[in-house]
This record gives sequence, C-alpha cells and structure tokens, in this order.
Amino acid sequence: MELIKKIIAELAFWKECKEYGLGLWQCPKFLFVVMGGVTIIAMIATDFVTTRYAESSFVILSVVGVAIVIFTIGNIIVQSFEKMAAASRMKTEFVSIVSHQLRTPLSSLKWSLDLLLSGKIGKVLGKQLEQTEMMKESNERMIKLVNDLLNVTRVEEGRIALEKEEFDLLELARELARDAKRFAEANNTLLVIEETNSPPALKVCGDRRYILMALENFIDNAIRYILEKGEVRVSLSKRGEFAHVEVKDNGVGIPKDEQRHIFQKFFRAQNIMRHRTEGSGLGLYLAKAFIELHNGKVGFFSKEGAGSTFWFELPLN
Amino acid sequence: MKKILFIEDEPNLQKTVGEILRAEGFEILEATDGEAGILLAKARHPDIILLDIILPKKDGFEVMKELKEDPETARSKIIVLTNLESSSDVERALALGATTYLVKANYNLEDVVAKIKQILGE
Repeated sequence: MELIKKIIAELAFWKECKEYGLGLWQCPKFLFVVMGGVTIIAMIATDFVTTRYAESSFVILSVVGVAIVIFTIGNIIVQSFEKMAAASRMKTEFVSIVSHQLRTPLSSLKWSLDLLLSGKIGKVLGKQLEQTEMMKESNERMIKLVNDLLNVTRVEEGRIALEKEEFDLLELARELARDAKRFAEANNTLLVIEETNSPPALKVCGDRRYILMALENFIDNAIRYILEKGEVRVSLSKRGEFAHVEVKDNGVGIPKDEQRHIFQKFFRAQNIMRHRTEGSGLGLYLAKAFIELHNGKVGFFSKEGAGSTFWFELPLN
Repeated sequence: MKKILFIEDEPNLQKTVGEILRAEGFEILEATDGEAGILLAKARHPDIILLDIILPKKDGFEVMKELKEDPETARSKIIVLTNLESSSDVERALALGATTYLVKANYNLEDVVAKIKQILGE
C-alpha cells in the first residue's frame, strides 16, 4: 500500500507543474508520464498488428512509427529542460546585475551620510541628527542585503574564489564578540566566549572573510532572536581533527516543523516573523554554503521557547 | 599641500569625497573619464590617485597601465576605489601597481580618508 501511495504521489505531476508555474506541455514530469503511456500503448498496438499481419514490412513500419513518437516526446522534454535551465540562469544574472547597479547609488548615499555625520560640513543636531542616523542605518541594511544577494548568486554559480590563509578561530571569535558587544547590550543580552578544553589556538586554513561572515551570522541571529533579555554563549573546542564552534542562545527557538527548512534561502520561521520582520532569510543559507566550501559541517538543535544552538566544524590545519 | 586626483564618473560620489578631502586640507583634482585622468596626472603629478575601474573612454586598468609605464607619473600612489570585488579584479589591479584596493560599499568615508593619510605617511 505504502509503495502504491508513494508511486501515485510521485506521479502527481500537476502539483509540481503548478508550483513551478509551467504549462502542461512544458512540464517534464507530465511529458514523462505521456511518454510512458505512449510507449505502452505503442508496444501493445505493435504486438496486435504484428500477430495479425505477419509481414516483415508491417513490423518494421510500426517499430519505426513508435520510435518516431518516442523521439519527438523526448525532444520536447529536453527542450523544456533547456528552457528551465535558461530561465534559472537569467534569474541569477538578473539578480547579479541589479545588485551591482544598486551598489553604486547605495555607496554614494552611504558616503554622503558619512560626510553629513562627520560634522566637517556643519553640525547636524537634534532631530535632524536622529533622522540622519536612521537613514544611515537603513542604508547599511540595504548594502548588507545587496551584498548577501550577490553572495547568493556567487554561491549558485560556483563563483566563490577562496583566498586561503591560516588563521585562529579563537581570535576571530573574540574579534566578532568585540564588534557585537554594543548590539548585544542594546538587546539586554550577555555575550560570552567560552574556551572549553581548547588549546591556546584553533588554527584553520581558509578564507577568513567567509568564515567571519558565517560566525557573525550565527552570533547575530542568536542575539537578534532573544526577546527580552538573555545570554549567548560562544564555545570553541577541539574535537579530533576538527575545530568545533558552538553558538548557544536562550531565545525564541525554532518550531519543530520548521526546522528542516532553516538553511533554505529566503526562509524565515513563523515565530520570529511575529517579533522581528527585518532580515532577508539569506544569512543561514550563506553561512552553510561558506562552511561547506571549506569542507566543514554545520548543524543545530533547537526547542521552541527554550533557545537554539548552532554549530559548525572546520578541519584543523 | 598634498595633491589628490580623483578619477570617478559618478558625480555625486566625486562631490562627496572632494568635499571631505578639501575639509581635510588636501588639494583635489577631478576627472570624470580615464583619458582626462591620465592628462591631469601627467600635468599635475598628484601624490595620490583615487581611481574607479568602470570609467568612460579608458577604464581604470588601462589608466593604471599607462601611468605606471611613464616614469613621470609612476610615482603617484594609486588607490583603486570601485564596487568590483572579484579576486581576479583585485589581483589584476595590484599587479598593475595599485597601492591598495578598496570596495566602496564596504568602506566608510572615514576609512578612506584614514587610508589616504596612512599611505601619505609611509
């Protein structure tokens, strides 16, 4: 029974075609079913014809006929695959071009705001200062989003070029903790680095910029999803041939039924959307991609209401 | 007074950076395309050249190549200031003799000023 259900579910092409917004005759799954049906009918018909008319020319003609039908449908399938691949490539290129074009005015705006806030062309005071600082914050968020989108297109096109060097994960974590201190305090969160059974150094070889972005994202999320006040503990240790880094929070946690989506791009859990709507849903997707590019592993455990622990492992140098 | 040549085709950015550098006490020369930039560099021998990569007429790479080939202009230190950030672009610029490479979207204005001062101090 289970098997039949599975097969029926697998054959339910209409759902998938609808999801991808494809017409029936562009939908590979539908075309495969058609091809299967045509093949079966053609075989039976050939058998029927050849048992009645045993002349060899009939047999040859019907076999050729079946072959032509199968070839035609096969060709339509290949074409629809090509169209889908082209559409996906165009989407990635579109995002990349738009993001690049956005960066020019965004960085121009950023520097204008820097100039205003520097006081070098006159002091900005009171409410004007408050508004200018808000613009600066929005501008920085836009730049972050554009950078994330560019990184997604790079990951998808396999264009991330790693500049590897040896560096110390502990030092990296300390640096990030220093930078995140103000954000943590503003969120009533205590941010602690634990150095459990770790040797004085955890040297790994990789592109420091990408590992930094990954760990920054873990720490940033941990602080962001603490509701009133809480604690974020970053612990680093050596596990066999790997450096193990864990970021543990006592924030909102991830609902069980949403956990399998957490590393998907653009995914945001329902319970956090109730509290904080900003965020692109790209951070964890990118963090996972960056760690895996370094032959590392990422994972997490989480309980809604109790908090989450995100970890990653990188091979030691 | 130290002279800085800024070759950039985006007028808003040129105005903003020019404003802060003048406030910091530098003399600013401005060009909006690669050819004009090369001419100004040859005529005025700036201490530092801030150079965009995507430029009309001649792009930043061509500008660097020409300036570094001429001993008269080779002494000007070049800071590449762009939004291109692929490692091949960075490598190419450094190989052509750029002193440093800054991605606009990732730096604050103060960082850029600090970098200029640091390079002039060396």
